[in-house]
Amino acid sequence: MNELILRTVTAVVTFIIILFGIQLFFAGHYYPGGGFIAGLVTAGALVLLLLAFDIQTVKTMVPVNYRMLIGVGLLFALGTGLGGVVFDVPFLTHAHGHVMLPVLGDVSLHTAVLFDLGVYLVVVGVTMTIIETIGEEE
Amino acid sequence: MLNWAIVSPLIAALFVPFLSKYVRSIHTGWFVLPIPVLLFSYFIQHLPLKPYGQTIPWIPSLGMDFQVYMDGLGLLFSLLITGIGSLVVLYSIYYLPKEKEKLGHFYVYLLLFMGAMLGVVLSDNAIVLYLFWELTSFSSFLLIGYWNERDRSRYGAQKSMLITVFGGLSLLGGFLLLSIMSGGTYSIRGWIDMAGAWPEHPLFLPAMLLILLGAFTKSAQFPFYIWLPDAMEAPTPVSAYLHSATMVKAGIYIVARFTPIFAVSPLWVWLVMGVGMATLCWASFHAARQTDLKGLLAYSTVSQLGLIMSLLGAGALAFHGDLSDRRLYTAAVIAAVFHLINHATFKGSLFMAAGIVDHETGTRDIRRLGGLLGIMPVTFTVAVIGSLSMAGIPPFNGFLSKEMFFAAMVQVANADWLSLEVWGALFPVLAWVGSVFTFLYSVLFVGKTFFGAPKPSAWPKQPHEAPAGMLVAPVVLAVLVIGFGLFPNVLSETVIAPAADAVVNGLLRGEGLSVHISHWHGWTTEVWMTIGVIAVGALLYKTFPSWKRVYGAFPEQLSLNRLYDASVRHMEEQSYRLTSAYMTGYVRTYFVYIFSAMMALLIATIALKVDWGLSFRHVAEVGVHELILVLAALAGTVTTVAAKSRLVAIIALGSVGYTVSLFFVLFRAPDLALTQLVIETISVSLFLLCFYHLPKLSRHEKGVRFRLGNAILSLGVGALVSVIALLAYSEKNFASIAQYHIENAYEKAAGKNIVNVILVDFRGFDTLFEICVLAIAALGIYALVKLKAPKGESGKYE
Repeated sequence: MNELILRTVTAVVTFIIILFGIQLFFAGHYYPGGGFIAGLVTAGALVLLLLAFDIQTVKTMVPVNYRMLIGVGLLFALGTGLGGVVFDVPFLTHAHGHVMLPVLGDVSLHTAVLFDLGVYLVVVGVTMTIIETIGEEE
Repeated sequence: MLNWAIVSPLIAALFVPFLSKYVRSIHTGWFVLPIPVLLFSYFIQHLPLKPYGQTIPWIPSLGMDFQVYMDGLGLLFSLLITGIGSLVVLYSIYYLPKEKEKLGHFYVYLLLFMGAMLGVVLSDNAIVLYLFWELTSFSSFLLIGYWNERDRSRYGAQKSMLITVFGGLSLLGGFLLLSIMSGGTYSIRGWIDMAGAWPEHPLFLPAMLLILLGAFTKSAQFPFYIWLPDAMEAPTPVSAYLHSATMVKAGIYIVARFTPIFAVSPLWVWLVMGVGMATLCWASFHAARQTDLKGLLAYSTVSQLGLIMSLLGAGALAFHGDLSDRRLYTAAVIAAVFHLINHATFKGSLFMAAGIVDHETGTRDIRRLGGLLGIMPVTFTVAVIGSLSMAGIPPFNGFLSKEMFFAAMVQVANADWLSLEVWGALFPVLAWVGSVFTFLYSVLFVGKTFFGAPKPSAWPKQPHEAPAGMLVAPVVLAVLVIGFGLFPNVLSETVIAPAADAVVNGLLRGEGLSVHISHWHGWTTEVWMTIGVIAVGALLYKTFPSWKRVYGAFPEQLSLNRLYDASVRHMEEQSYRLTSAYMTGYVRTYFVYIFSAMMALLIATIALKVDWGLSFRHVAEVGVHELILVLAALAGTVTTVAAKSRLVAIIALGSVGYTVSLFFVLFRAPDLALTQLVIETISVSLFLLCFYHLPKLSRHEKGVRFRLGNAILSLGVGALVSVIALLAYSEKNFASIAQYHIENAYEKAAGKNIVNVILVDFRGFDTLFEICVLAIAALGIYALVKLKAPKGESGKYE
């Protein structure tokens, strides 16, 4: 079946969805959004790819082992927590502040974002693992 | 030192398996023999007795220490345990061939038992006593089931385990009650010192009954004696040791030990004396019908234990009455202690003689035995001495203690309190009847085995006299029987007096408890009773074949063994029936149980605890949007429940989910709304996936079947949860802590999305584990789908 329209639209829309997901992720601390919903939206973009193409093609386009992604995400979340312990404060104490960076200038940074990144990666990994696993099964 | 003496057999038991495995040329028993001999010589050094105690801390914070105390009673039992233990080990060396038997097992069990028994009689801490008590039950179980390839052995072992552990647990209950009454101590001596004020205590009676139950089951009293005849499946040295001389006397020991605490209660006197007497008569009557030598000896053990028990009951009368009474009834205690020693000696020798007969002829059935007199003269002599002592014939020691028994029972008949003026006269009569039957079975034991015509054709083996080594132990015991019979006062001041003093707890302190046992008191009542026993017993023996049919008159259906077997079987059957009735295997049944239980508990709690004060002061205004959404959600819910097809139900469920998402929008929860929207989409697609993959065969599109019970239950649960929610809402008494988050989200956590700040910062810990949950779910699905066992091999890993 000729899926030209679907694939063309997908090529355009996927980027918009991924950008929306990234926007949700970074806005999370100030506006609605955050790691969880951002992860789901990103996974949605990947699912759209899956719908438009077949699993093998998507695997070549996005060569990511999603089970690995779950582990990396958990490590981010746990590592953020353990980072507090190194500085002699309780587990999962976040730090934030303004930092002068060479190119970007004055940036407000927060370790909670790293934690949220962990959540994001886990959610993407989990959703994609489930969908891929079920999809590949005969 | 005393503590180590108690545990030394247990330590030695650790080494026995190595010896039996690596030193095959020597019978393991020779390595075991020194232990009881050394212990015996250690204990005998304590004569004349100076009571002393010793404590090794174990769990001091709970008052449980390895506390030992040796007084007359403990010493007497220790001497019996180690003395008879030495002889039994010696006997077993010749009885059990080293080529065929698992000697390592045997001696480990035997040493376990020996240490446990020493622990029982020497412990002053009730909990430690209980531990050792259970260890005796346990090692006895192992010894009875020693030939575990035989059905009867396993049956006997299980029966004795069930009955004695039942008693052991009730003993523990009694100890705990006593500990409560005494304010937390577990020291038995402490209890005895405090006992004066207890008879009025509400726990006094339960404690007494529980402890008596423990003592009666262990000592095979009526009606718990039924395990003992079945315990005769053990090897004969075990029967001689455990089931005649030591373990069955543990209950006697408990009764004697707790006499100073409970004897003031009339019920104690009546129970101990009455049960003992009933056991004596019942078991001696039944002993005469046995055709198995060991069965006969088992019943005779039961009856003799009943005799000792009734004497202890009579001795408890010393705690009533005035000073002269005290002295009179203390004589009963002395008789009990003396008979305890005598019984251990003659019953040990009789069991060993029976074992020799079994060993040499291959049978223990007295219908097949006879005429062994000329073949086994030494065994015959031992058996005659033991039997005559058991029957109470002079000049053996059994005669002396039987005389003292009669004297004590005549005393009981003369007592004029505790209703004994009415019923007391029964006791000498019953004692006399029991003794007549004792005489009968003692004579039967010797007569049927050794006299009459030899029946070589009935014997599996060609008999000859036993080897000398096997005869040593029974001969030593027989010599003791005669020795104690001729010179009883060797024992009286050294062993019996301190033991009796421990039982009555120095009741005669200052009066001097003097024990003098003499053969001849003149023409007293008890002499005439003995003459009567011999005369009537001889007559009964002569006419035994003609009245033997009396035993058939007792209906077999009503025997206690039948009762035991039937109750065990019924318990198993009924438990099985009950379990299969409620464990149906259907999840829906269990849901009914769970929801019913939840409703019952919640309704009961609400009815009992909650004030009915519904208030609506916190309730906000209801707007039009909310109403519309509620109606939409309701419509979706009703469609889901009432849908005829699954597809409709799935779509309706999705609509409910999206409505909830709209609720989140309406109630100003944008994060929740976003997440709910996406998650609902994913779960609906997963539902569709499941629906699509349903197997073709059972894919009938059927509506939900209506069941009234389920409808009532679900309506009930719904109503209940609503009521609880309303009640909880109207009881909302404290301000929420949300204000803190609102105020500090930006100040402290540098974020303006409060929900997200809570999720990653204030309560990040929860989030960490929620992503773990997600990860586990994903990996679980991956494993379920990918790691399926190939078809036909599903049972491979089970």
